[in-house]
Amino acid sequence: MSTDVISQAAVRGPQAGPAVLYVNGQEHGLRVEPRVSLLDALREHLGLHGSKKGCDQGTCGACTVWVDGRRVLACLTLALTCEGREVTTIEGLSTDGSLHPMQAAFIDQDAFQCGYCTPGQIMSAVALLNEGHADDDTEIAEWMSGNICRCAAYPNIRAAIRDVRDGAGGEG
Amino acid sequence: MQALSYVRPADTDTAIALVAGRPDGAYLAGGTTEVDLARLDVVRPGLLVDINDLLPDCVVELQGGGVRIGSMARMSDVACSPPVVERFPMISQALLAGASAQLRNMASMGGNLCQAVRCGYFRDVASACNKRDPGRGCAALEGINRGHAILGVSDQCIATHPSDVAVALVALNAVVHTRLPGGGRTISIDDFFLLPGDTPQREHPLDHGELITAIEVPAAPVARRSVYLKFRDRQSYEFALASVAAAIRVEDGTVTEVRLALGGVGTKPWRARRAEASLLGQPADEASFTEAARQELAQASPRPQNAFKVELATRAIVRALQTLTDGGAR
Repeated sequence: MSTDVISQAAVRGPQAGPAVLYVNGQEHGLRVEPRVSLLDALREHLGLHGSKKGCDQGTCGACTVWVDGRRVLACLTLALTCEGREVTTIEGLSTDGSLHPMQAAFIDQDAFQCGYCTPGQIMSAVALLNEGHADDDTEIAEWMSGNICRCAAYPNIRAAIRDVRDGAGGEG
Repeated sequence: MQALSYVRPADTDTAIALVAGRPDGAYLAGGTTEVDLARLDVVRPGLLVDINDLLPDCVVELQGGGVRIGSMARMSDVACSPPVVERFPMISQALLAGASAQLRNMASMGGNLCQAVRCGYFRDVASACNKRDPGRGCAALEGINRGHAILGVSDQCIATHPSDVAVALVALNAVVHTRLPGGGRTISIDDFFLLPGDTPQREHPLDHGELITAIEVPAAPVARRSVYLKFRDRQSYEFALASVAAAIRVEDGTVTEVRLALGGVGTKPWRARRAEASLLGQPADEASFTEAARQELAQASPRPQNAFKVELATRAIVRALQTLTDGGAR
């Protein structure tokens, strides 16, 4: 039985093969090996350089994107597992060239220095508000703990999140 | 990461046949351990079988007060599942004390039970590690072992089991349901986690291709008021130095039922049976709690760098029990 079963299942790789990813509302065809992470597929294959590679081992949060609306780490996600799912990156947050309120609030509150962690911070921050975990600074800190900022802009990041939570984010 | 193949089979039987049919086949669930370790070359799967769409991802209330947690349920979803929050708050608290929001959205409950240790020598392929490379030695024994285990250690391995939720599940006598090519079986949670002994490479009793389908938590009215306390080097997004899952029933000032398990200090999620036995029939006060904790930790084998864990775990047990008994606090 197992031989039949295995021949019926579509095993892919190890060589690169065609794949289809749905990113920021658009379908993209690409050729990737199965070992390629979602992060590398976005950056190296689709030219979406917003999501950042910090640690590449799931500890820094710089690669945070949404898959089917949930914030996840693109470095620990294999690209092929996202076929048939909806991927949203920092590039997909703005609409018609205007910043998302959280992006504007990060600028208003000076919520970064070097900016490397910022795309991940913003993807987490918007998700945080959708999840309803931003009642106070303690809760914000706890639910943002998966996004490390080596410049330690944490107070400003929390201020930006509070602004959007309280409807003061504006258009920058 | 070495090159590998990938498949997303249409049903569970196919998935099991695929993994069982290849020595280098492995299941891929949330990927938070598998992809991480594959990139470090600590594991070298030749075929990853994606099971994310195949197994139950929900929590089912069982008659009588238990719950059945599908193995593909995500940590974040289980943490806020009403029957879990209501019946087993220690499970919810343990889940939320672990990892980060992103990782909890990814990691499955079945995968959580199978997660690898965080020992730096295990993760570094240049270091000696009996778990990764049996017979090669253990660099942690004489290395940096401040975070390592003090309970259940052997001269082959002292790596700490990293899971938080497994500590609560051990306290609650959970049962792991699995499927094999020829059927399935149930494994009590305490038997699911193996002590390193002379075979540290063997962390659980699963056969190759055996797949966790669900985790069942039997009714435990005592756990409706329970806590998971975790102590660590930073306040969030860090593994435990010591943690405690606790539930206790006190009648007329006397302890009549108690569940205690420890994390961060054992080579497996550690059911504190000596402490439990010590507490039964004793007055619910600090002296009894301290004596029980001391009896449990008397079997510890600390090293100079992690000797502080004996006192930390002792105080953690006392704090957890006081939290539960202090004037009916939550």
